[in-house]
Amino acid sequence: MTAVATRPKPFLPNGSTQLTGTRTLIRLAARRDRVILVIWLYALTASVASTAYSFRHLYPTSYERARFATGINGNASILAVYGPVYSHSVGGLTAWRIAVVAAVGAALMGIFTVIRHTRADEEAGRLELVGATVVGRQAALAAGLAVALGACLVLGLFIAAACAALGLPASGSLALGAAVALAGCVFSAVAAVSAQIAGTARAARAIAASVLGAAYLLRAVGDSASGLSWLTWASPLGWAERLRPFAGQRWWVAGLSVAVTAACAVVAGVLATRRDLGAGLLPDRPGPARASRWLRSPFALAWRLQRGSLLAWMIGFAVTGAVLGSAAKGIGSLVTSPQLRQVMIRLGGRAGLINAYFVAILGLLGVIAAAYGVAAVLRLRSEETEQRAEAVLATPVGRLRWAAGHLVIAAAGTAALLAVAGLSAGLAYGQRSGDVGSEVSRLLEAALVQVPAAWLVAALVLALVGLVPRLAVSVGWGALGVVTFLTLFGPVLQFSHWVLDVSPFTHVPKLPGGTFTVSPLLWLAGVALALTGLGLAGLRRRDLS
Amino acid sequence: MCCVTVAIEVTGLRKSFGRTCALDGLDLSVASGEVHGFLGPNGSGKTTTIRVLLGLIRADAGTARLLGGDPWHEATTLHRRLAYVPGDVTLWPNLSGGEVIDLLGRLRGGLDEKRRAVLLERFELDPTKKSRAYSKGNRQKVALVAALASGAELLILDEPTSGLDPLMEAAFRDSVEEDRRNGRTVLLSSHILSEVEALCDRVTIIRAGRAVDTGDLASLRHLTRTAIDAELARPPEGLDRLPGVHDLDVVGTRVRCQVDGAALEEVLRRFIEAGVRSLVCQPPTLEQVFLQHYTDGDRPPGGAAGTASAVPE
Repeated sequence: MTAVATRPKPFLPNGSTQLTGTRTLIRLAARRDRVILVIWLYALTASVASTAYSFRHLYPTSYERARFATGINGNASILAVYGPVYSHSVGGLTAWRIAVVAAVGAALMGIFTVIRHTRADEEAGRLELVGATVVGRQAALAAGLAVALGACLVLGLFIAAACAALGLPASGSLALGAAVALAGCVFSAVAAVSAQIAGTARAARAIAASVLGAAYLLRAVGDSASGLSWLTWASPLGWAERLRPFAGQRWWVAGLSVAVTAACAVVAGVLATRRDLGAGLLPDRPGPARASRWLRSPFALAWRLQRGSLLAWMIGFAVTGAVLGSAAKGIGSLVTSPQLRQVMIRLGGRAGLINAYFVAILGLLGVIAAAYGVAAVLRLRSEETEQRAEAVLATPVGRLRWAAGHLVIAAAGTAALLAVAGLSAGLAYGQRSGDVGSEVSRLLEAALVQVPAAWLVAALVLALVGLVPRLAVSVGWGALGVVTFLTLFGPVLQFSHWVLDVSPFTHVPKLPGGTFTVSPLLWLAGVALALTGLGLAGLRRRDLS
Repeated sequence: MCCVTVAIEVTGLRKSFGRTCALDGLDLSVASGEVHGFLGPNGSGKTTTIRVLLGLIRADAGTARLLGGDPWHEATTLHRRLAYVPGDVTLWPNLSGGEVIDLLGRLRGGLDEKRRAVLLERFELDPTKKSRAYSKGNRQKVALVAALASGAELLILDEPTSGLDPLMEAAFRDSVEEDRRNGRTVLLSSHILSEVEALCDRVTIIRAGRAVDTGDLASLRHLTRTAIDAELARPPEGLDRLPGVHDLDVVGTRVRCQVDGAALEEVLRRFIEAGVRSLVCQPPTLEQVFLQHYTDGDRPPGGAAGTASAVPE
């Protein structure tokens, strides 16, 4: 922290401001991001367009769509994931299905873009090189934010154009584009603030992503639990729904996003002028002069490096499990239509509905746990490319022992996350339903059956690290993206089984409520093991970079 | 056959990355107990050689023996006996320097506690700082302390002083000197001629992935000529007849020449006789040496194979 009052005015030539040089930096950022941003824009626009296209073909008549919509609005599990249906037009269903998901995608795009051009550059020392030229103190921040906001706005226009081209009403198309773009803007600005607070890019991304997670959770509860719908209004992702594209657009909601974006941008700008280059807001405390007794093996080092992020993930999973678990109690009380009663009875009554809710929630948490596994495995790759592995491997530590440290944490961490989520969901739901013991064991089991599928995704990434290291990061996250897409959209878009079977999560027993079969779990774990072997063999044989 | 006397034996090593050829038949031989300079400009293949020796990458062709073993297949066992300092030290940002030193020491199988304390003091390194707060030089010191305090019989140092200030460079030289007295072998890669001159018993010069010269320092003395530019009171006498004076250029009272170390005294005596108005002396930079002696296709006689060319041209 620095004393603000005593800082001399930085020397800048006549007419210069804190923003001098922003335009050049924007060009630099756009040049560096030209591939990755195009991929983001294409993937998000395509998912919106394909959703609209499928709804038009799967539910061509208004009657079919109305029936579909009624079913949704009584199903808390779907409400929690996607939000309510406001209109059963093709546009309305498209907006319901895609608005929140695309908003999360746009938010991630914004977060990654802003952090890449601010804190990540600062941490790598590149900003120092730039900062020594005639460049204002806020220029890098402004450039990163400008590129991210620009990308979000282009995304909004693409989405609007794609929807309009598919024959949806123009104003609704524009509103859907705006809803997605504005969510991206809000979280870009949140990332701009987190980049000032945190001292490392990793921490900055974690802070912004936690805010995003909390926003998703708020609206999930607000949309699914009765009497809590005001929570949706507290979430920037909720605003994407409440803008109501294709359902009598409420344009004033966009004002909320614009205001929050502007406020966060101003806060970030002020923080940027008040801190030292390279420093976070939290001062660096000195560390121990000696390593503790247990820090003496590659595994201990991996644990030391990953324990902080695992702990943060654990807290996230525990909170999510508890919130969604306690929200389950309200499910079913919303059901009023006779049609839906029929559906409910078919599903096995209210208990069946609640089971379906937990199947959906825990399946989603399984995919998110797989994301943790992917990140933990990719630590191997970043340790290698940032030359830190070299220091360890120049000691009598073999490559397999070095890799094993990180792999054990990835595998055990993934399992622990799901266990924590199942446990906290069971405790929360059991407390409210009055049967803690059986709910805990039921939901713990339902959470743990996801583990082999999550392992398989992480093991695939390990195989990439071992065999095609240059592609490991992009293809690895891409594979997770495909799995996420299939989990979220597969069933409703009625893909063929061949497509759905690509995702390991398709094969997980549908617990609670479904029948437990051990064989898919065994072969999922077997494939994961084989991929691990393949990856390790590759890692042993190849050159390290 | 070689374990006692030869620490590193590399012959005909080749390695390419895609289309770029990093090593093109490199030979390198380091005897046990010697401090061996591994000298070459940036991008000449020094780091690639070291990475092959550490078993991090596999050579395309040629043989490499390290402490009598195969650096690729026996990496783990061989690493018990060596310590390594990379040229560009990156550390785990949230570990303190002290933690990194202890960790690397323990992974190597032990740390000389007394030497650790002495080195921390000598390098004026604060071990409680987090690694992300260290400057390049301080990160390098962390790696140096970890390596020098390890008691390993072979030290592989890749441009270890590139981030150190002159005082710390002196501290580094003292430490390597102590290690030499303790019978350790050191492979010191560098592109700084004076550093290699000050520390090394023998030198291998590498250019474009090939050893162009190797031998002891005396035999490479021609690399250490001093460039002199002097303004004298009267024209000098007899300089052109002195051995060890090269590229002499006398214009009136202005004298420019290259002088071998052994001839310096005599040249200066002649200067003083003539009266000195101004005098500029410069050691040749490595770039000049390379320009003069090792431009493409112009390898010195007897160069690569291990016998040094004592006399240039």
